[in-house]
Amino acid sequence: MSLMTMIIKMSEGLGKTCAIFFLTLLFSLPLGMIVALLRMSKAKVVSAITRFFITVIRGTPLMLQLLAVTYGPYYLFGANVSRNKLIPVVIAFSINYAAYFAEIYRGGIESIPIGQYEAAEVLGYTKFQTFMRIILPQVIKRIMPSVTNEVVTLVKDTSMAFTVSYQEMFTIGKQIANSQTSFMPFVVAGVFYYIFNAIVDYLMGRIEKSLDYYR
Amino acid sequence: MADFNKSESMGAQEARNILAVNALQKSFGSLQVLKDISLRVEQGNVVSVIGPSGSGKSTLLRCISFLEKADGGDILYDGQHAVKDGVYATKAELNRFRTRFGLVFQNFNLFPHYSVMKNITEPPMIRGESREEVTERASALLKKMGLEGKENAYPCQLSGGQQQRVAIARALALNPEILFFDEPTSALDPELTGEVLKVIRQLAEEKMTMVVVTHEMPFARAVSNRVIFMDKGVIVEEGHPEQVLGSPQQERTRQFLRNYQR
Repeated sequence: MSLMTMIIKMSEGLGKTCAIFFLTLLFSLPLGMIVALLRMSKAKVVSAITRFFITVIRGTPLMLQLLAVTYGPYYLFGANVSRNKLIPVVIAFSINYAAYFAEIYRGGIESIPIGQYEAAEVLGYTKFQTFMRIILPQVIKRIMPSVTNEVVTLVKDTSMAFTVSYQEMFTIGKQIANSQTSFMPFVVAGVFYYIFNAIVDYLMGRIEKSLDYYR
Repeated sequence: MADFNKSESMGAQEARNILAVNALQKSFGSLQVLKDISLRVEQGNVVSVIGPSGSGKSTLLRCISFLEKADGGDILYDGQHAVKDGVYATKAELNRFRTRFGLVFQNFNLFPHYSVMKNITEPPMIRGESREEVTERASALLKKMGLEGKENAYPCQLSGGQQQRVAIARALALNPEILFFDEPTSALDPELTGEVLKVIRQLAEEKMTMVVVTHEMPFARAVSNRVIFMDKGVIVEEGHPEQVLGSPQQERTRQFLRNYQR
């Protein structure tokens, strides 16, 4: 198989790679905020449960979580394994990344000086207005570098979907590598991920820069 | 709760008390920070609160601005109870009381992601005022604070003294009846304190009602109608600035002022 054919075949999986990437971000970014707020809840039970959830997600391999979400329902309830693997893959990725984002958000929220809340309170902002207008914009600026880190990791982590044979780019590459006994598909995959992340880096850098107008 | 906000009847000749505090108490755990504090602030008066650190003066300001919850006593604005025997008015009522006072913090607490203009205009707009109205008022306030041309600057581009003046403008933009200052110059370089004190002095001349927690004795002496000396959660001595600062009656006051002049 020529290099060109490999590249074309693997490119066909790029759409699915992107699907995992964008859908995971779409769900995990807001879900992470909910988890962070629950984690910071004044109700001790809520915060303890959330904390436990986060340790489980962060303390076990993503690969295991992918297998659990994809095949767990079959072993537990005899339910059919979903035809479209994108659904369990995105669910597993979103939960996993939400846990990481939650801790980043929490760090960001807790780093905002208490004086910001107090000033807003005295000036008549409601709790919700304070969070949306005063706290969140400052949190976003502060956490951008950590979020970029996670997003870059997510690009590479999409390759994990091969464990449940979801036909994204890396899975196809691995299949070609096996059938052709060639290492080339992995090189191609490496280049793809590198380019993908170069774009991510550039875009995140732009966002960070756009928030540079204040300290 | 029926008579919670009924005005207390006052003698006609009596000056209007913008703020009245009766037997205010506050503890942090087992530490009693405020023990039975009572004070009155009449309209147009400037009251300075002095005292060593840990005396409770900042806690007092934080209680009367509802940032800290008092354990007992009354807080009245213009004769209306915000707190009665340690019981607070409803959330909505407290929010209405908040429109009566402004608070200027030691560390300014400007919103760093907002321009100077937005720092000043957003709070009144949140309370439902129109942008045109508020912008006009904010411009006038900035001019008064000597900050013309800084409308579009961000707090990080300003000196501490300028930031504090923006914070004063922000508080004034809500048209409060009384303004509280919590050590407004303590976070400033000595050479910048003057410009902030000048602004407060100007407000005093315009008969703005103010309570100023401060370590600036000459300023307190020059500007205040009354000085309160606090120590260990009680008011040790209060009266005319010349009396409290010039010829204090209490040994504790004398000791504090002596240490201060060293």
